[in-house]
Amino acid sequence: MSRRTIGCALGIATAVVLLAACSEKPQTNAQGVKFDAVPWSGTGAEANTGTVFTAPGWKVGDKTAWQQQIKTRMNGQNEYTKEN
Amino acid sequence: MARMKFVCDAERCIECNGCVTACKNENEVPWGVNRRRVVTLNDGVPGEKSISVACMHCSDAPCMAVCPVQCFYRTEEGVVLHDKDVCIGCGYCSYACPFGAPQFPTQGTFGARGKMDKCTFCAGGPEANGSEAEFEKYGRNRLAEGKLPACAEMCSTKALLAGDGDVVADIFRTRVVARGKGAEVWGWGTAYGSQQAGNPPAGGVKQ
Repeated sequence: MSRRTIGCALGIATAVVLLAACSEKPQTNAQGVKFDAVPWSGTGAEANTGTVFTAPGWKVGDKTAWQQQIKTRMNGQNEYTKEN
Repeated sequence: MARMKFVCDAERCIECNGCVTACKNENEVPWGVNRRRVVTLNDGVPGEKSISVACMHCSDAPCMAVCPVQCFYRTEEGVVLHDKDVCIGCGYCSYACPFGAPQFPTQGTFGARGKMDKCTFCAGGPEANGSEAEFEKYGRNRLAEGKLPACAEMCSTKALLAGDGDVVADIFRTRVVARGKGAEVWGWGTAYGSQQAGNPPAGGVKQ
């Protein structure tokens, strides 16, 4: 084996080692973005439980009750009876 | 349910900054970061207008489109949130956002950018609802408590409206009609490109 071949092989091996960190990282959700729990599941330590800060008037864990609760609060902003 | 949105009624906003204070207090937002700001145009000139601006939770969010690590996600209610464990603080979202919503705490020795922080529509983040970790990273999760964002619920003049886009749009439309206004309402032209914007209706008098 000539000296030239050995040098060439060594150069390739060094390049492979040095460039290993330059590989492309996946741009998909492989890094694992977490997704949120549904809001009607409440903020208690157990699932579907509330805390003292949970607004009264709706049953935690019930999607329809939560939607109705939010709708009531949304409509509370209207002040339709005021002039404008 | 449709999508959660903010609408600010410029005729009612009195630039009190109550929304900004409510947001900072409720979410314990870091020093130097304002998730919500009140912007006044023609400040000091008669007829000045103020609007409260934060993340608008866009349906086709540019921040989400440009994020190189895809840290953003959208909830079923249309709230745009992000995962701070994935965010690398590159600032692309800040350049892409037309509202200046993404903010970066500058508490490092050399003012190094930290993880991005923005309005969460008081919906917390990907951590467990109501957990200590969620509060520390993202602030309060009021939606899971059956409440609307603190900024809107604290607004004394009810200028800032938050909620389902259909409902808040209906409230705002009712007010505009009650004022005897139409397409000449301030901001309409900017939003919809109406030629009538800023001018009274033809032959009519402003009421």
